[in-house]
Amino acid sequence: MAPNSSNGAVAPPRQARSRRSVWGERAIELLIYASGVSAIVFILAILFFILREAAPVLFSDRFSLTQFLFSTEWYPTSASNVRYGTLALSAGTLAVTVLAMVLAVPFGLGGAVFLSQFCGPRLRESLKIIIELLAAIPSVVWGFIGLTVMSRLIVTYTGAPVGVNVLNGGIILALMSVPIIVSIGEDALKAVPDSYIEAATAMGATRWQLVFRVLLPAARNGLLAAVLLGVGRAIGETMAVLMATGHAVQIPHGILDSVRTLTANIAAELGEAPAGSEHYQVLFLTGVLLFAITMLVNLAADLIIRGVRARK
Amino acid sequence: MNPVPVTSVQARFTRTPLVVRKERQQAAVRLVLLAMAVLMVLPLVAIVGHLVVQAWPALSWEFLVDVPRRGMTEGGIWPALVGTVYLVFISLAVSAPIGVLAAIYLNEYARDNWFTRAINLAVITLAGVPSIVHALFGLGAFVYAARFGYSILAASLTLAIMTLPVIIASTREALAAVPVAFREACWNVGATRWQTIRAIVLPNSISGILTGVILQVSRAAGETAPILFTGAVFFKAVQRGDLFPYRLTDQCMALSMHLYTVSTQVPNVREAIPWATAVVLLGAVLAVNAAAIALRVWLRNRKRW
Amino acid sequence: MNAATPKIAVKDLSLAYSGTEVIHGITFDVRPNEILGIIGPARSGKTSLLRCLNRTIDFIAGARVAGEIRIDGADIRAVRDVHALRRTIGMVAPLPVGLPLSIYDNVAFAPRCAGLTRRADLDPLVERCLRQAALWDEVKDRLGSLGTALSGGQQQRLTIARALSHQPEILCLDEFSIAIDPVTTMRIEDVLRELRREITIILVTNLTHQARRLTDRTMFLWNGRIIELDRSDVIFSDQPSRQETLEYVNGIFG
Repeated sequence: MAPNSSNGAVAPPRQARSRRSVWGERAIELLIYASGVSAIVFILAILFFILREAAPVLFSDRFSLTQFLFSTEWYPTSASNVRYGTLALSAGTLAVTVLAMVLAVPFGLGGAVFLSQFCGPRLRESLKIIIELLAAIPSVVWGFIGLTVMSRLIVTYTGAPVGVNVLNGGIILALMSVPIIVSIGEDALKAVPDSYIEAATAMGATRWQLVFRVLLPAARNGLLAAVLLGVGRAIGETMAVLMATGHAVQIPHGILDSVRTLTANIAAELGEAPAGSEHYQVLFLTGVLLFAITMLVNLAADLIIRGVRARK
Repeated sequence: MNPVPVTSVQARFTRTPLVVRKERQQAAVRLVLLAMAVLMVLPLVAIVGHLVVQAWPALSWEFLVDVPRRGMTEGGIWPALVGTVYLVFISLAVSAPIGVLAAIYLNEYARDNWFTRAINLAVITLAGVPSIVHALFGLGAFVYAARFGYSILAASLTLAIMTLPVIIASTREALAAVPVAFREACWNVGATRWQTIRAIVLPNSISGILTGVILQVSRAAGETAPILFTGAVFFKAVQRGDLFPYRLTDQCMALSMHLYTVSTQVPNVREAIPWATAVVLLGAVLAVNAAAIALRVWLRNRKRW
Repeated sequence: MNAATPKIAVKDLSLAYSGTEVIHGITFDVRPNEILGIIGPARSGKTSLLRCLNRTIDFIAGARVAGEIRIDGADIRAVRDVHALRRTIGMVAPLPVGLPLSIYDNVAFAPRCAGLTRRADLDPLVERCLRQAALWDEVKDRLGSLGTALSGGQQQRLTIARALSHQPEILCLDEFSIAIDPVTTMRIEDVLRELRREITIILVTNLTHQARRLTDRTMFLWNGRIIELDRSDVIFSDQPSRQETLEYVNGIFG
């Protein structure tokens, strides 16, 4: 029995698609697949190429990994006493990042709570747009602001001899990290089931009690992830800290000391290090270190976020 | 019948001291949080305002189209402006197709297995790699290994890989916004995955994808570190107003790099020039972002289902 | 094809979603040109069963199918072109899905995917499908407007027109009437009576009246098992062979 024999007037659409369209589809699907894999290729390529440039120094007898990680002496261009100790640089990164988080976390989380619980939809939309624009400001512009405006303010109000220091870098990095913390944090708060909120409201909780007793505990992991992503951004930031923290390779004793971070150090010295020289290789090794640190931080954030999703 | 006394009815809905206190507390909290939000917004307004005021004496059409003069202490920013446009569009030409296709793979084709998880992990890691590490990679891979030398090509490719996660993330979001029911309806009538994507998924997510691409433009335009050691130079002699001054293998100037240079490396620059450079860079980036936001708002108002 | 050969033969079909079995080895036949009703409470595996038939179950992560389904004697897991297989089955989902295309393109979508692109072929096909779905008169003057802009009942009929557009030999309707009004439902039921002269229909429904009105045989599916499969007049009589059937049909449980 032929299907649909009663309407034989119309040719049944059983005919095969043209060979060209079938092959075209295969080709495009191949491209799609290749692009999907490309992310893995790129990340491996990054690791491969920075390791490749850094590798020779790792196996040189004049280089010690312990010294690289735990010495504060960074004299890469010294004629007689070359030292590659990055501890002071790590301390600089740590100091600036910690200060930035101390400033950014309360504001970021407060902003997220405000956005999700305490403001109307119109104000929320406007604020979100502004936060998005804040996140878009290029880091070199932030650095420029630190170098000019912020350093003058710091000199005026604290009496510090130089305005480019930990405090300056910390404030600039805080301003840069707040948008991330706010937007991821707001997502985390939004992910709290409505039923929690309804139940708490039904029992007569005020907004404030709702936030403190219900929302923040329930969204704890998401908020932690937001903070971690902010940390990741702060550690990896280059231009802003290069311009705003001064150029002193030292372990800071106070927030008014100038420091240099791991990232800024690469940016400042790579131009002068001849390709293939020991100094150049050590800078690449610093890059490997940075890659490892930020990867750990970001993966931790991702694991936490995914944990949140899996529980829902 | 047991008539309820009038007073008790009133009393039942009158605020007790506890409630009053709770309300006050809540109002205070709201105020504090509002202040925090304002403190977040304030920088943007203050920064833009201050920059424009400081830059005002130098801002002019002349500043945009003129070349830097007298060891970059005077003149305009034309070569940097054109250089940034070059870098942005060449990196876009590489990262947009790869990013969009990768997002299509992840959202439409990928099954839930270890391989997909590996790709996701790679995307997340890629998004978190510090920009200076991208610079190191670009130097090692494109400048030296691929023998592109310090060039626009090497710098653009570095930028492209750096901005790839931005495009992947925003495209995935746009694709995921198309209801699964549409896809199932297509599969039910015998459409292949690609036919479904081309006829239904892409046309209904294209504006969202475009938004992501625009955001990539703004990100690429503002980046400094990745191009610092791969193709951007302090100074390059270029004809005033020349639209095509560079070849792919040339080094070029770039706005972000130029701002870094004139504010830290060049002595005795005319006061307003760094400010004006910052305003042009910031203005361009914010304008592009505003365009993306406007596009998103517009598309939210014309949903087709 | 004689009436003894089943249109669809399902043998020992089991289905598990990430380890949890939802269909436990069911076996039944669907005869050519019959309307087979499937009744049963929610989550008894009715929709999943339909997904197995046209192999859209393949799209669901973690779904594992065991057993055998044959359509016209051919094992559906061995077919070379799964898209052609899906075109032999029309599928109508519970909620209407108008694609965000014009009404015309909604109906022409499947034929186009199959390679039919000439306007002269498509025009009569689109008209016939819309007529069969009792929608033609309402939309014939605005075939270019968006399918998603139609009312719910119209969209459901558009979905049916689309399911007919690839000229299926089997039509599966999954609770098609839950989102539409009784009048439209009646019109579609009339359409189904028309269609059964040409094609085989599987009707998943929880309206026992609808099943009684339309179907030749009815299968009572419960928790992934067939409780009873018999002529509809037996199933809906006072004496089905299983007590559960009687209780379910009379609304005592489920």
